[in-house]
Amino acid sequence: MTTPSDFPPPPTPGRLLDVEDVTVFRGDRLVLDGVSLTLDAGDAMILTGPNGAGKSTLLRTISGLRRPDSGEVIRYGALAWLGHQDALKPGLTLAQNLALAEKLGTTSLPDALDALDLTHLTDLPARLLSSGQKRRAAFARVMLSGAPLWLLDEPTVGLDVASIERLGAVMAAHRARGGAMIVTTHVPLPLDNTRSHELPSLAHVDSFWLS
Amino acid sequence: MTAFLALIDRDLRLAFRFGADTLASLLFFILCGSLFPLALGPSPDLLRHMGPGIIWVCALLACLLPLDRLFGAELEDGSLDLLMLTGPAPAAVAFAKMAAHWLTTGLPLLIASIPLGIMLGVKGSELPLLLAGLAMGTMSLSLLGGMAASIVLGARRGGVLLPLLVLPLATPVLIFGAASSYAGQLATSPAASLDLLGACLFACLPLCPLAAGQGLKAAVG
Repeated sequence: MTTPSDFPPPPTPGRLLDVEDVTVFRGDRLVLDGVSLTLDAGDAMILTGPNGAGKSTLLRTISGLRRPDSGEVIRYGALAWLGHQDALKPGLTLAQNLALAEKLGTTSLPDALDALDLTHLTDLPARLLSSGQKRRAAFARVMLSGAPLWLLDEPTVGLDVASIERLGAVMAAHRARGGAMIVTTHVPLPLDNTRSHELPSLAHVDSFWLS
Repeated sequence: MTAFLALIDRDLRLAFRFGADTLASLLFFILCGSLFPLALGPSPDLLRHMGPGIIWVCALLACLLPLDRLFGAELEDGSLDLLMLTGPAPAAVAFAKMAAHWLTTGLPLLIASIPLGIMLGVKGSELPLLLAGLAMGTMSLSLLGGMAASIVLGARRGGVLLPLLVLPLATPVLIFGAASSYAGQLATSPAASLDLLGACLFACLPLCPLAAGQGLKAAVG
């Protein structure tokens, strides 16, 4: 389990993340070319770029799931992860699915479910949930973690307008508490003061000339 | 530690919810063992001689069946990403899954080997020794199998690769395990084979989860 002492002290107060000149290859294809960014408490960064520009790869690299081929990722706080998939077991109820995250996290399950309007679905098996409800359940796991740094890969997939509003409110509350997030999205999010980072498509770059 | 137990708890719940997976390896074990009398002929003497060996080989093969899904299901639905990021250490995740594999596969096999043994004519006095050997053997197989499953995770044709990786590694377990089970019939002491079987288990106990943890980290990268 991660404790605060696992992280280096931030160079400036409130700094949560430093990404320095990160380069990532997939096979022999260049996916990320010298990406640098920083994230402070209260920031919300939207990652944009065409399909295949490496948005998900950048999130995976920041999370530590993938090691950068060069450059450095330094995190100064714990992170919560929302991937492409919802990671829900169809046979378990919503509460059972989130039990592990609740044990590891600091936020209470009823609070998180209430904020996302999932309370009435607590004891329903996940296979009976709609795709939007599953997405919100996966997002509840992020809230449960209590981690300051949120990495969200397409959090709004399958959500209706009301749910997106609700998500926006949760995200705003998280920023107000001193949290920060990096989000990839193709639909506009109800967030103000966002920063955006555009990843160029590197599909045309021939890796032969880079080596 | 709480996360480790919570992970085992979740796997057991899943196994009870989807009983078919557990039942499949159990039925495979019993059916496989019942095929031998059909092929070898109904000679009680022959079956009694072959009984322990048949049970050991069938248990080894039955242990392999659910390995493919052990980490495969976690990788596909994104749970493995979460476990690697926010769960316990990768080796602990792997060890929890191996423990759950033994509780849902090894333990039922152990119980099912009693009727199968009696059916094949293994004497009641030889059964405790057979079970003791099988208990250690199935634990080792869960550890070795979990390690192999994590190594082939994400590889194409991983399901085909898996037995090719596990079966050679499992040969010492099979040799010493079966030798210990034959001690009753041959009127020799089982101590030496049981010692070596235990040695296999205690070598697997730290090494397999560590190797499997690295395999899991590589699979999500």
